[in-house]
Amino acid sequence: MTQIVLALAIGVLTASGVWLMLRPRTFQVVIGLSLVSYAVNLFIFSMGRLRSGAAAFTSKGAEDPALYADPTPQALVLTAIVISFALTALFLVVLLASRGETGSDHVDGQETPE
Amino acid sequence: MTDWQEHLIIGPIVLPMVIAAAMLLFDERRRLLKGGLSLFAMAAILVMALALLHESATGAAGGGDTARVYQLGDWPAPFGIVLVADRLSTLMVALTSVLGACSMIFALARWDRAGPRFHALFLLLVMGVNGAFLTGDLFNLFVFFEIMLAASYGLALHGSGEARIRAGLAYIAVNLTASMLFLIGVSLIYGVTGTLNMADLAVRIPQIAAADRGLFHVGAAVLGVAFLTKCAMWPLGFWLTTTYSAASAPAAAVFAILSKVGAYVIIRLSFLLFAPDSGDSAGFGQLWILLGGLATIGFGTAGLIAARDLSIAAAYAVIVSSGTVLAAVGTGNADVLGGAVFYLVGSTLACGALFMLAEVLNRGQDLGARSGRAVFDDEYFDPFDDEERNEPGLVIPAAVAALGGAFLISTLMIAGLPPLAGFIGKLAMMEALSGLGGWAGYGVIAALSLASLGALIGLTRLGMAALWARDDDAEPAIVVGAAEGVAIAGLLAACLFLAVFGEAGFTYADHTADWLVRPDAYIRAVLGGGA
Repeated sequence: MTQIVLALAIGVLTASGVWLMLRPRTFQVVIGLSLVSYAVNLFIFSMGRLRSGAAAFTSKGAEDPALYADPTPQALVLTAIVISFALTALFLVVLLASRGETGSDHVDGQETPE
Repeated sequence: MTDWQEHLIIGPIVLPMVIAAAMLLFDERRRLLKGGLSLFAMAAILVMALALLHESATGAAGGGDTARVYQLGDWPAPFGIVLVADRLSTLMVALTSVLGACSMIFALARWDRAGPRFHALFLLLVMGVNGAFLTGDLFNLFVFFEIMLAASYGLALHGSGEARIRAGLAYIAVNLTASMLFLIGVSLIYGVTGTLNMADLAVRIPQIAAADRGLFHVGAAVLGVAFLTKCAMWPLGFWLTTTYSAASAPAAAVFAILSKVGAYVIIRLSFLLFAPDSGDSAGFGQLWILLGGLATIGFGTAGLIAARDLSIAAAYAVIVSSGTVLAAVGTGNADVLGGAVFYLVGSTLACGALFMLAEVLNRGQDLGARSGRAVFDDEYFDPFDDEERNEPGLVIPAAVAALGGAFLISTLMIAGLPPLAGFIGKLAMMEALSGLGGWAGYGVIAALSLASLGALIGLTRLGMAALWARDDDAEPAIVVGAAEGVAIAGLLAACLFLAVFGEAGFTYADHTADWLVRPDAYIRAVLGGGA
């Protein structure tokens, strides 16, 4: 059950993110990138196998790795979250600069003539 | 070996980071101090890189070919983080430091005034690139990649203006997407193999269960797409020309190494993870890289011929150079790879020089369009509105003649014509390819020859327009600052150096290729180091 929920969450986030990334407005692209990064973070997390109630650290005398959750993907997710957060902020600044410079929020800096 | 020599390998990463952090303490107006600090940093990195290069050229202390492995925190290899300095990575670090030092000197003439925090961003970029070359595991590769990209976003926008912001927006979006693919690929590989250390991965790949191998290949392919986007393989490289041609000249020159980071990772992973003895995964993706490389050469050459502007032509030259290296990797042959490694060094230096020349030759023609309006008034001061500071210092006499000579050298390098080093690299590749035969061998030879012809036609035409067809009355004479002259001369001197000491350089490249096709030595050096 957990697996299905997680897989659906990743799928829905990715699908909406990709759709938004392909939209012509810069703000939609930012939101799309954020959604995809959430999906990727969940995906990395799931690569450590899904376990509930398992500790992340071993203690002395109980070194059976089967009892514990894999801490590496959790560390990876933490790094990935920080990096994508910072780069989304940077992207927002460029978005504002583009809006100020070109007077349009289209990704090409101008409206496509219909 | 004394203690400080042990730590030499981490120097090209730590030094720029520390100095970049220290620069944030100083006000933007203290240009002299910042310029001096960055020059010091680049000189020190150059010395360290050359020391590392010398060591890998002469072999390890005990003799024989090996890699220098640095275990951070002294954790043994598959568990801790390692830095690995082997022949390929030290060569790339040395290339970065030469190109970086020259770009930095070029920027000191006036571009470092075009926007805030140029020096800190530049040093962080160098740190990220060096880290990506030296790291021994995939996740740190991601981290260094992101440092490099984050700094490059800042540098791409350096100088502001509408063209840069428009190009930067696309550049950031494409690279953020590629980073997501990178993460998906890395985590899939981790999920299947349970390790991120490259040497450990190479050991575990033959043991992957048949049921999981498909998943591993998916991960490797997704990871590959991320790097191929970075090295602008057709059809993933449309972002490159707009970004590089819009970026300020010193930034564009140093960006020439960024696409080589992608090519470096492709070389490293193809030969380490998918070596002939890696079981069912042997040669995975090779055909795609070969076809992609050929398509990239074709696309880049067509673009070069069609380019109307020298900086756009330089951007296409970067694409052609990436395509050539990819096609050579796709053949999977050690001799071809040796030629490609030699070619990569020369063509990267020449592309960097061409970006600088393009800016100098275009000067005075469309400055108004290029500098643009300030977006953030408090951060921005126009470099070209202050006559006194705009004085570029010593001015090189007979600028046009010197520039003509420089242009000739970089054209010969990019087109791969004798007597310069570009020819040696191409000739070595062609000789090995004709030995290889088959459609792949002759196809790549045809592509390389057409690329030479296309580069020659395109660059000669642009050079005539820029140098001979100048209307001296209508345009202001070209003024080359002393720093700019030194930077261009430095890059071209490195190109000439490659030609004069061609044999030593080519032997090094050839040994590098031999080292790369025998990954067991790399694996032993990394994993055996902790035992």
